[in-house]
Amino acid sequence: MSNLSAFDIIGPRMIGPSSSHTAGAARLGYMAWKLAGKNVEHAEITLYGSFARTGRGHGTDKALAAGVLGLEPDDERLRYAMLLTQEAGVDVSIVFSDEEVDHPNTARIKITDSKGTVTDVVGVSIGGGNIMITRINGLEVKFYAEYPTLIIRQKDVPGVINSVTSILAKEKVNVAFMRVFRSAKSMDAYMIIETDTPVSERTKQLIFDWCPEITEVRSV
Amino acid sequence: MNYNFQTAADLLSICGSEKLSLAEVMIRREMAMDERSREDIYCEMQINLDTMRNSIEKGLEGEVRSVTGLSGNDAKKLFDNRDKAHMGVHMAEIIASSMAVVEVNAAMGKIVAAPTAGASGILPAVLIVCGKERGWGDEKLIEGLFAAGAVGMLIASNATIAGAAGGCQAETGTGAAMAAASLVELSGGTPQASLHAAAIAIKNVLGLVCDPVAGLVECPCIKRNAIGAANAIVAADLALAGITSMIPFDECVMAMKSVGRTMHSDFKETARGGLAATPTAKRITRELGLTEADG
Repeated sequence: MSNLSAFDIIGPRMIGPSSSHTAGAARLGYMAWKLAGKNVEHAEITLYGSFARTGRGHGTDKALAAGVLGLEPDDERLRYAMLLTQEAGVDVSIVFSDEEVDHPNTARIKITDSKGTVTDVVGVSIGGGNIMITRINGLEVKFYAEYPTLIIRQKDVPGVINSVTSILAKEKVNVAFMRVFRSAKSMDAYMIIETDTPVSERTKQLIFDWCPEITEVRSV
Repeated sequence: MNYNFQTAADLLSICGSEKLSLAEVMIRREMAMDERSREDIYCEMQINLDTMRNSIEKGLEGEVRSVTGLSGNDAKKLFDNRDKAHMGVHMAEIIASSMAVVEVNAAMGKIVAAPTAGASGILPAVLIVCGKERGWGDEKLIEGLFAAGAVGMLIASNATIAGAAGGCQAETGTGAAMAAASLVELSGGTPQASLHAAAIAIKNVLGLVCDPVAGLVECPCIKRNAIGAANAIVAADLALAGITSMIPFDECVMAMKSVGRTMHSDFKETARGGLAATPTAKRITRELGLTEADG
């Protein structure tokens, strides 16, 4: 049986002209902004594949820049994104790359925040305004950001997952989907936890404080 | 009661046994699937309806120019000329409204995909303009959107609604089928008549290719929405007069799927065939500094 909703057909509400090249790009930029923790000082945006070839005509560059400023994908100010970045004093550079990539609609968004922390996100626009994040700070991941999502970076040692899920249980957060990604055994790993309800800042801080093996707790 | 359905035959059997409209089955399915209240999903659809209405108004005001400068303000031209239109004032207003939405889309304005951005003009134009003329309130129009959603969902799950997978027939064909079915239901037609209208709308554009100039959602998309809206009105009026589709809806969808599958990739949003491959299109592409033959 199909599980498409009426709102998958009549929707999304979006800024045109293209659901994949504009709405999806806006969402990628927006998710990178959320992952970076919102205080963006400068951003380096690279468009690949079809994004690079037809992006100018679809406003893909503007959509990504708008996202990096924290504008939601259906914000009507999206088309003035370049002007808004100047007003906000955020330095945004856009590169149209001809480098070969796996997916035609790929973007890389490298954000540096006011403290100098770098968040390097790669994602793809998979159609209908939907996206998939494929890489964070060099580590491969895979999530769609359709649910509230916790992104936890940790040392790949036993017991970390258990600590995190017990805190979530105590805080009454129900886990919908969960996955672990790692570069190599005992090295850095990412835990991606999709939840039914958003995770509060307090719960995020609890997770960070309780597990010394955890180096980052982000959420979108 | 399970309100999920995979085919129009299933949908009609639920409508028949429970004495329900297409909209009501879709609403109950939505409530069950996402555990949401009726108020909640009506509220969300109201936001879509308001957004659709705004996009029509904005496009008809004029001063709409696309990012590339290739399109804009044609909707207003037709609207201003509506008193002289051979198709009549009402029809001219529907057609102008459908173009208005897609012009707003090309100008990086806000629209509701229905079912896609490229085919976003047909459904709002048909429902909102006909609703205005018949004095239908928002609640009725929202139900119309759910009825349209049922038809769109059937096509999306049994064939495709993406131009890149099935050509323009899958986008403006689906938009027209959704609008036609919905208009029949709101005009008092039976669920069967609604699906006949949807089937007729699909049949009318079977094989239509997706060949956007320079790969942009402008030419021929804006005018394809105009003809899509006309297609919806014709299909709805045929069905409301009691005319049926010889080929049932489910089989029309299968036909659309198989035509889409055998369609050469040059005609599926790649901007390599059809109008996109004409000398004029190539010149425009070069002048805009975009790369030819994407994908």
